[in-house]
Formats: sequence, C-alpha cells, structure tokens
Amino acid sequence: MATVWIPSQMQNLSGGIEQVTVDGSTVREVIANLDAIHSGFRERLCHEDRLKPTIAVVIDGEISSLGLRQKVSPQSEVNFLPAMSGG
Amino acid sequence: MSATSTSVNGNGKYKVIGTRPIRPDGVDKVTGRALYGIDMNLTGMLYGQILRSPHPHARIRGIDTSKAAALEGVRAVVTAKDLPPAGADEVISLVEGTFRLTHLRSNILAGDKVLYQGHSVAAVAATSLHIAEEALRLIEVDYEILPDVVDVVAAMQEDAPLLHDDLTTQEFGEDSGKKSNIASHIQFKLGDLEKGFAESDIIVEEEFNTASVHQGYIESHNATAEWKTDGQLTVWTSTQGAFGVQKQTAGILGIPVSKVKVVPMEIGGGFGGKIPVYLAPQAALLSKLTGRAVKIVMTRTDVFQSTGPTPASYVKVKLGADKTGKLLAAEANIAFAAGAFPGSPIGAGAVCVFSCYDIPNGLVNGYDVVLNKPRSAAYRAPGSTQVNFAVETLVDEIAEKLGMDPIEIRLLNAAEEGMRRVDGAVYPRIGCRETLEQARAHEHYQTPLTGPHRGRGIATGFWMNAGLKSTVTASVNEDGTVNLMEGSTDIGGSRASIAMQFAEVLGLPAEAINPMVGDTSSVGYTELTGGSRVTFATGWAAYEAANEVKRILITKAALYWEAKVEEVRFEDGDFIHASDPEKRLSFKELASHLVDLGGPVVGTGAVDPDSGVGGSFTTCLADVEVDPETGKVKILRFTMVQDAGTAIHPSYVEGQMQGGSAQGIGWALNEEYFYSEGRMKNASFLDYRMPTCLDLPMIETVIVEVPHPQHPFGVRGVGEASIVPPPAAIANAIYDAVGVRLRDLPMRPDRIFSACLEKQAATVAT
Repeated sequence: MATVWIPSQMQNLSGGIEQVTVDGSTVREVIANLDAIHSGFRERLCHEDRLKPTIAVVIDGEISSLGLRQKVSPQSEVNFLPAMSGG
Repeated sequence: MSATSTSVNGNGKYKVIGTRPIRPDGVDKVTGRALYGIDMNLTGMLYGQILRSPHPHARIRGIDTSKAAALEGVRAVVTAKDLPPAGADEVISLVEGTFRLTHLRSNILAGDKVLYQGHSVAAVAATSLHIAEEALRLIEVDYEILPDVVDVVAAMQEDAPLLHDDLTTQEFGEDSGKKSNIASHIQFKLGDLEKGFAESDIIVEEEFNTASVHQGYIESHNATAEWKTDGQLTVWTSTQGAFGVQKQTAGILGIPVSKVKVVPMEIGGGFGGKIPVYLAPQAALLSKLTGRAVKIVMTRTDVFQSTGPTPASYVKVKLGADKTGKLLAAEANIAFAAGAFPGSPIGAGAVCVFSCYDIPNGLVNGYDVVLNKPRSAAYRAPGSTQVNFAVETLVDEIAEKLGMDPIEIRLLNAAEEGMRRVDGAVYPRIGCRETLEQARAHEHYQTPLTGPHRGRGIATGFWMNAGLKSTVTASVNEDGTVNLMEGSTDIGGSRASIAMQFAEVLGLPAEAINPMVGDTSSVGYTELTGGSRVTFATGWAAYEAANEVKRILITKAALYWEAKVEEVRFEDGDFIHASDPEKRLSFKELASHLVDLGGPVVGTGAVDPDSGVGGSFTTCLADVEVDPETGKVKILRFTMVQDAGTAIHPSYVEGQMQGGSAQGIGWALNEEYFYSEGRMKNASFLDYRMPTCLDLPMIETVIVEVPHPQHPFGVRGVGEASIVPPPAAIANAIYDAVGVRLRDLPMRPDRIFSACLEKQAATVAT
C-alpha cells in the first residue's frame, strides 16, 4: 500500500495522523481510498475530476504533472504540496 | 568582470557537451540586428499609451474619455468596460499559479478600484506617440481616495484597509470564510518541534525584513497587436513564454486560444518578470476598435510602478542546535507581499526556507498577503532569497556562539539524498554537500583575509528547479545541417545549450545545428522559460528529437545500401553497414543523398518531465570591507559554487552564476522600492540603485557537476540558485568585518552606519 503524508493543514481530517497507508494504483484511487477512511480529503484536494490547480502531488520525490492519473506503486510515497513555480 | 571555472567531476565522455561554441544568436545581438519588440513597425500602425493611477488606493467613481476621444489623431480609447465580464469563480491556471480571471482583468484595466500607484486605468491609440500622451491628459477620472497599506505586516492586521471585498483566506484547499488581506496560509510540519527545541543547547530567534526588488531587465515591456477582421489576433511581444501570453491574452479577452498567435521577439532580460502580460490585451482591444496594428511600449517608470517586483517580506526564524552544532529544530513564520492581487511565491519560500539542512523537527507558516503595491511577479528563485537571508544569518550566529567554522557547521547539517524536507518531500541525489566541500577547498577560503574592517561571509542556497512541457522539431537539410525549431524563448544562451544536446546524440558539431525560436503557430506547446528548466526540459526534447532523426536516418541508410534496417548501425557519428564495415556514411554524406531516399527527415521531441525535488544548490563566499565612517560596503572578493548537474555549455553556466550573484549583491546592498505615502519615490534607474560594473568584483565561479539522475545527460538547470545566498553571505561578512548584524535588506550605508553607532554606544555603556 502507498504511504500518504498528510499535510499538516489537513490533519484535522485524519485525526492528527500524519501518515496513512492506503491502496490504490493511481493518485485518483489513493485519494478515493483515503477519503473512504477519513472523509473530506477528496473535497479538499480535488475540483471535479482533477486536482485543484493550487495543489501539486509529489510521488517518490517527483512532482507529477499527471495529477489524478499518476501511477502509484505499493512502495510509493505520496505528498501533497502547494503548486509553485520559478522565474 | 571575469570568471574562473572549475569543473569538479568533468565528464570526458561527450564530444559536444562541455565545450564552448559561439552562441548562434550572438552576431545579430552584438551588431544590433536582432529584432526586439520595440523594433516592430507595421504599415498604418498606431501608438498606444496607458493612463495610470496616481493613487495607491482609490475607488473609481467615473471616467470621462470624451475629450480624449475627440482629440485629432486619437483613434480609440478603452477602459475596463471594454473587457468582457468575468464570473467570480472563473480562474486561469498558468504555470506560475492559478489566478482569478477577475484579478487578471482588473490588473490590465482597473474596474471599480485602483489598487496601486501605476495601476492601468485606460488606454489610448493615436497616430503618434505624442498625441496619445496628450490624450491621456484629457481623460478625467473621478477618484475617491481610500486608505492604503504597503507594509506586509500592517496589511495582515485585522484593522488594515481591505483591498478586495471578496477576498477570504484559503487554507490548503479550504476557504476560511474570513475576509482579510491574507489570501492564503500554508503550513508545513515535520517531527516534534517542542521536543526539538527542548533538546537544543542553543536557540536563536530573530526577525528579518526584505524590500520589494525589481528584476531590472534592461528592455522594458512592449506589445504590438493586430486584430484582423477575420477574428485572428497576432501579438508580437517580449516574453518568457509565448504560449503563456497566448493563454493569458485569450482568457482576459474572452476568446479561444486558437484565435491568438503570439510571436516572441528577442528578449532583453526577464528573470521572471516577463511571464505576466501587461500590455497585450490593451493593444488588442485598441486594434480591434481601430482595425490597425497598435504598439505599446512602457517607460522605465511604468516598468517600476506597474510591473511585478519580487515580494517584500517579513520572516521570523527560530533555530535550535545541540552543542556539536547539529540542528535539531527550526520554525519559520513568513509573510510575502503579493502586491495588489494574490499570488506571491509563498509556497516556494516555505519549501526553501530549511531546504539546505537536515533538521528533524520543523514548522513553517507562510502567508500570501495583498497590499497596495503592483502585483508581484517571479524573480529568479522566487521566494528563496528572502527566507535564505534569515536562515543563513542565524546558522552563522550559531556557528559563532559554538566557536565552529561556518562551513563545518553547514557540512554537519547538509541536506543529502534520502533526507526528508519540512514539506515532506524526500531528496533524490543532490549536490549540497559537494558545493560546501568545494567552497572549503577553494583557494579563496584557504587564503586568510587581513586588514581592518574586513570580513568574510559564507552562505548556502537552494532552488528547486522545474521540468514542465517542451517541444522541439528538427528538420535535416541536404547539406548536413539541421534546422531546430524550439518553443523556449532564449534568455541566457539556451539556443546553444539545446542545440548542443541535439548535436551530441548525432555526433554533429554544434555549428551544424541552426536553432530557432518559434511562435505559437509554428512549434509545439512549450511552457515558459523559467524555473531553470529550459536546458533541462527543452534539452531533453532535443535529445528525443535527435533520437527520432537517428532512427529515420538508419532506415534511409538501409534504403541507400538496399539492405535491411537491422543491418545498419549508428556509431560515433557514422552510419555503418554491419556486414560490410567498408560501407560507412557520415551524417553529412547521408544527408546529401536524402533527395533520392524518400520523404523528408523530421524528428520531434515532446516531453513533460517530472522535475523532481532535487534542484540545485549553491554556496558562496564573500569578502567585504566596511567603512565604519559611512557604512559603505566594498566587496573585495566573491566566489560562487553551484551544482549545475552536467554543464552543457560551461560559459553560459558561468554567466548564469555571475548574473545571479550580481543580482543577489544588488538585493544585499542597494536595491529597494522606496515608498512614501503609498507611492514609489525612486522609479528610475537613477534613483533605484542597481549594481553597475563599477560596484562589482570579479565573480569567480566553480561548477560542481552532480548529474541529475533522470536526465539523459544529467542536466539540473542553473538559472536561479545563484541569486539565493549572496545577501546572507554579505550580511555575515559585514558582521565579521565590523561586528554588527543586519536584519533588513538592503543593507544600506545608513543602516550599517547606525548599527555601528549603536554598537559603539553599547560598548561605551558597558
């Protein structure tokens, strides 16, 4: 199962837990399964059928541009960050 | 200014990469033949001018343009009423962030309020520039003056004047519902902060402030627009990203992107400041009304007052360490002045603040704050320099209190592969330690600094770099050269660095490649030139395009020899018949036969590489001499060490390192938006003091090459990280010279002089 690091501002949804392991072969499935365990994650992270544009997902240290479609392995670590860029 | 360079690892395995060919655009630029936006001159073209607000905050009760419109020679006048309405929830997602459409449109032409001095209120097109200027004076705007706020901490207070009636604080995807100038609050947490500080033997905590600083590109903003009767709009402009201009302009005007063609002209510097659009929509509206092309060019005052500087900041940092110097806990509160609309790089600042060190316990709170200044824009490693100044000053203080060498304490805590950052991301292979080791071994650090009021400072910095989308198309010519069309505007020599990666794959000399920057109709989608990404990502696209060309040419060679494709191999730049090695064709020879070998040879590379979180690290050494009588700082010696990954064209890597260093020195000592009563008082290069060649020392460079683990050639990107550590290094050097800690940027002579006086007074008192 993938390990999801819960952003501190969302730990109110996870009862203060900062790491959760969940099933899922894509980010979409990971969020859905996370939401089934701790309700509210999907609403905070997604808008309709995509990640909110203000949020980026990092899989195993790589910032993904595929959003919900990004593949996740059972050994993967998933982080959610504010979206950002350079100059 | 000159440089020395040391390639630490070298590579030795490449023929083209690592060499220093002449840049393809060099001759045109040094002979004045390169075409910039200001050179645009179309038949019947009109000249546009923008009326800008003299007030930092005011309600617009009415605008009367009738007298201006009646002036002979004036062809059109536009205001916000000429822009389409936008829903409150409509947003545009750009690479640099997500923005409300209402905010983008309001920044182009103010609606019911002006939010900063210089805010665009109306635009005029006329047959001459002078008539357009005269028309501006005839526009009557009825303002109701409102209280303003230009200080970031003041703007966060509950009783501060609110800029936007509908702005509420966003908390990582959740709307707090609270009206405020704080547009967003982000938080990162790692480990147990209380435990970390409880276990610390030494704790330092201080507040820091940095000023608004402009990117200072030498070419001002410009746009020429021609909106034809068939509904097709063409924009010629100076930009870091033609497709970004296309998307912004289409969104602001409410038209499909397919109706907008953007032609990027040569660019006279950008540094992040030429990502937003400021003029194209107004020029387009005026062109639509008049049926003529319209050109608008900003004055330098316009550039300062109306385009994005880097955000000013307030940063409070607390660090805890044990007796050995090991950092155990770190806390930061960061507030960035976004300007009139949300969107400062607060996320990047929060990621970067403790990025150089392995600290097990951390907490970062970041705030994006609107206030009555121009909307801030990206500026070279946006957000990192501000926070680095605070952290690197405090690391220096801990080293001093513990009697440690400032490089040794940094090496003890240096970020390495596998380290978890405060935002939760884990580093892949990075080169932080290597830059520190090279700085320690450098002759600069090994040479004692002597003399009164002289000091040496060191600091380490980080920028995360980006990947993003890039496209390259290569077409083989019959003379063995290759036309290489790319979508990345060339700011720092990227034509060369992209062409060299293409040439390396095919064993060609760099000079055989003719790189060109295409417009939005002639090249595949490519995101902006920014985030230190072009040599990384567009170079990667060139690598893919070259491999496609190679595959096609192998089939052509097989056809030429009437052999099977499997019988042809490519080796050392030649195509070879496997069973008859005497049959060998160079790239050029094979190209000369293409006319008889079927269709043209075109290769395309289209990539969207994940950027990774490794980025690039820098360490710099600064020696200064302080005049205690005046507070003036003279930089005696300056060395920048950067992990570039593989250095494709070392001269341009060094150029980026020197450019970033020069700008960082400007942040440190001179540059600031000076405000009085909400108005910028130094909006010219005479009064806004950027460093000149007379202020700068020789900037020595050391290129460290720790290859990026995923990139085909190990490129990391080098455009930004060099601006990050200079302010802290110079602050630490000033302390070493005269014993005063400066916590506000810029470290002007008056601030240093005052600090020296206070130190003297304190010494006398004790």
